[in-house]
Amino acid sequence: MNKMRLQVAKARARVARLGFPLRAAPVPTGVEPPPPVRRTGTAYDTDWARSQPARVARLALVEGVMRPIMAAFASPAVKGLDRLDRLDGPVIFAANHHSHADTPLLLTTVPEPWRHRLVVGAAADYFFRTRIGGSVAALAMGAIPIERTKVGRQSASLATDLIGDGWSLLIFPEGGRSPDGWGQPFRGGAAYLANRCGVPVVPVHLQGTGRILRKGRKLPQPSRTTVTFGDPLLPGEGEVSRAFATRLEAAVAALADEATSDWWQARLRAHAGTSPDLTGPDIGAWRRVWALGDRERKAMRNKRGWPEL
Amino acid sequence: MADRRRHYDQQGDEQVSNGHLAPRPGFVLDVDRTSPPIVFHHGEGFRLEKLPADRTRVIYPAEPLEGLADPDGAIREALLNPLGDSEPLPALLRPGMKLTIAFDDISLPLPPMRRPDIRQRVIEAVLDLAAEAGVDDVHLIAALAIHRRMTEDELRHAVGDRVYDAFAPSGRLYNHDAEDPDGMVILGQTPHGEDVQFSRRAAESDLVVYVNINLVAMDGGHKSTATGLSGYTSLRHHHNVHTMENSRSFMDQENSALHASNWRMGKVLRDADIRIFQIETTVNNNTFGREGPMSMLQKREWEWSAKDRASFLGMQQGLRIMPSKAKRKAFSSWQAPYELTSVQAGEIEAVHEVTTANVYRQHLVPVEGQTDVLTMGLPYICPYNVNSIMNPILVMCLGLGYFFNLYRGKPLVREGGVLIMGHPTPWEFHPVHHPSYIDFFEQVLADTTDPAEIEKRWEKQFAEDEWYIHLYRTSYAYHGVHPFYMWYWGAHALQHLGRVIVVGGEVAAVRRMGFQPASTLQDALEMATDVVGPQPTITHVKNPPIFMADVS
Repeated sequence: MNKMRLQVAKARARVARLGFPLRAAPVPTGVEPPPPVRRTGTAYDTDWARSQPARVARLALVEGVMRPIMAAFASPAVKGLDRLDRLDGPVIFAANHHSHADTPLLLTTVPEPWRHRLVVGAAADYFFRTRIGGSVAALAMGAIPIERTKVGRQSASLATDLIGDGWSLLIFPEGGRSPDGWGQPFRGGAAYLANRCGVPVVPVHLQGTGRILRKGRKLPQPSRTTVTFGDPLLPGEGEVSRAFATRLEAAVAALADEATSDWWQARLRAHAGTSPDLTGPDIGAWRRVWALGDRERKAMRNKRGWPEL
Repeated sequence: MADRRRHYDQQGDEQVSNGHLAPRPGFVLDVDRTSPPIVFHHGEGFRLEKLPADRTRVIYPAEPLEGLADPDGAIREALLNPLGDSEPLPALLRPGMKLTIAFDDISLPLPPMRRPDIRQRVIEAVLDLAAEAGVDDVHLIAALAIHRRMTEDELRHAVGDRVYDAFAPSGRLYNHDAEDPDGMVILGQTPHGEDVQFSRRAAESDLVVYVNINLVAMDGGHKSTATGLSGYTSLRHHHNVHTMENSRSFMDQENSALHASNWRMGKVLRDADIRIFQIETTVNNNTFGREGPMSMLQKREWEWSAKDRASFLGMQQGLRIMPSKAKRKAFSSWQAPYELTSVQAGEIEAVHEVTTANVYRQHLVPVEGQTDVLTMGLPYICPYNVNSIMNPILVMCLGLGYFFNLYRGKPLVREGGVLIMGHPTPWEFHPVHHPSYIDFFEQVLADTTDPAEIEKRWEKQFAEDEWYIHLYRTSYAYHGVHPFYMWYWGAHALQHLGRVIVVGGEVAAVRRMGFQPASTLQDALEMATDVVGPQPTITHVKNPPIFMADVS
């Protein structure tokens, strides 16, 4: 092992000894170097990932790799697909975000015709920090770089152009994975894009993915999950993005309520404006975790076919 | 005949409306030597029959009307803008009230429709308004009268998982129980002395919302509540031989004693201060899909493409080698892609008038005069064998009850004429769903097939049988009296016809019902000449998709 390290060090020294033009010329002292051409972050060009060969490769990855893995680790129950019945054309799917498992779970549960013409808004500063990481994300997930701290012009116009070309967008408006199992306030990106492109936003609630691969965990752990699609929302006339984002957050909160109680109770609370907040109580950290409690999906079906006699 | 042919040619031209091909109305084809063989439904299979030229007419149903582009929007619009003297639904809802939502059971629509079922759409819209108004006390009842209880899967299919999971576990979504002594109440009598029995929960509610699917003209109106939420005490007043023989037909509300009785009962409900908000829906004729493996069944034979022909031949070959259980399973799994054509809500009679017009818009086919013989191919399904077996009594009920009565004006066959229907008619019963049918077939029909005699001698015994009542209440059995009603359903046809012949049926089962068996349609037509004379005129009803003959 030491011998190998020695060989590598020697090779590096030999390369270092090579002069120009075999290696780049150093910047002369006192000369302002030209700014480097940035090819990572929001500048990463993902066009190639939407070419036909890349789409075929992604299809194989999603159906051949992600689907069996998700079936094994997430055993997803998908609800509310009927709410998408009357939708036509591109849409924005906006989901809460707990885990790295969220994206593959949605890539395998979003129904046709959107599933295979879907791009995923991914954090430019995380997934596209390096070119290799960006290429993997773009190929495997159809990711496009999105600035999560603000609505950047570059990422907004890329998303707008893609929606205009008939692509649907999956976005996590919380801007990142939940740090403690509770949600985070929604940012305005999805609402802004819906306003700008005039397309509906489908609120989606994911439950149970936090237990699979929550923030800070390295190895996944199997858990049952529920994906609930909500009624598509359109921005109202003159509704600003901030207000629409609040409405969107309320819709996801109502879906979360539906997933942990039932549809009727959730509707009653939604109309009364008392749906449990996605972001949890404003209390100390341990008490927040305590308050999270047991949010397991309850058994949905009575297996017994015969009535009680 | 020639005139009628021209009439078809004019209608057969593709009409263009709003850039789409307009659906063509139903029509009457006069069979000549160039006419192709006609597809007859034959239980879980089909027969291709060449009909005699120059004396046969085939009635084809209309093509499916366009469905509403935005069903959810239309439902909401109907709830907010009711018909008749009803207030909009939100104005009828308030915190602290008792709300009961009743809905049609598994017998509608046929075949069951693809998800989301119309009932789910409507019930969700109603519940959303109720939630907005803060209504807490809500019950949902499958208004099945004395039909069998719906299973969990069937209820889920009808109301959707969201509603089921919200209400069923807490016992607030359930099947109507017409034999629950504490759950039923007598609200009074009609001027004709008919007892009006009703669900106690519905009677004690501040508002009953009824969610209906109007597949044929018989459905809906006061019949939804006065029948659906009642029991034997009420039903015996209109589900009887006298009423059936005096309904010409029971599909035509204006001339139906069955409906007159239900309307009288509806008035008693109104006088008892039962507030009912009726929501009625109609679907189109898209039974087998515009595309897909069964689509050829709603096309005219000469318009079949090479793909349709290949599909049909493949299906025939497949059905030939499949065991009957597998065939039944395959057909039962078919879910119709029905589309909503109208939805109206409010006061029952005002709503039903519009609903009926919408049903007629899809179903009515004008037909001139009667013929000597009526032929029909009976399909695998009727209202009482969903996810079940079509037993011989249901074959009789479908042919002589439903199909024969799908007319307005006068029957398609003359008095004393012959009805020829094709169905395998197996001597087979579903032991869980139809226990009393078995005894009815073995015991009652072995004795007599005369509906009046059966009613007089046997009905009460079966209706009050404790074991049948127990099975109806706790298992998934039709009520003990149900096979009687199925037999009465054909009473008008039995009274009208000179003979009934069943093609391709199990001989013993056919004879038990007092009908004549025949191996082929040609044999049956030959046998019919004994009754109606040589060279009889023939009408064939090509149903389903459903139509209703408007006979002048």
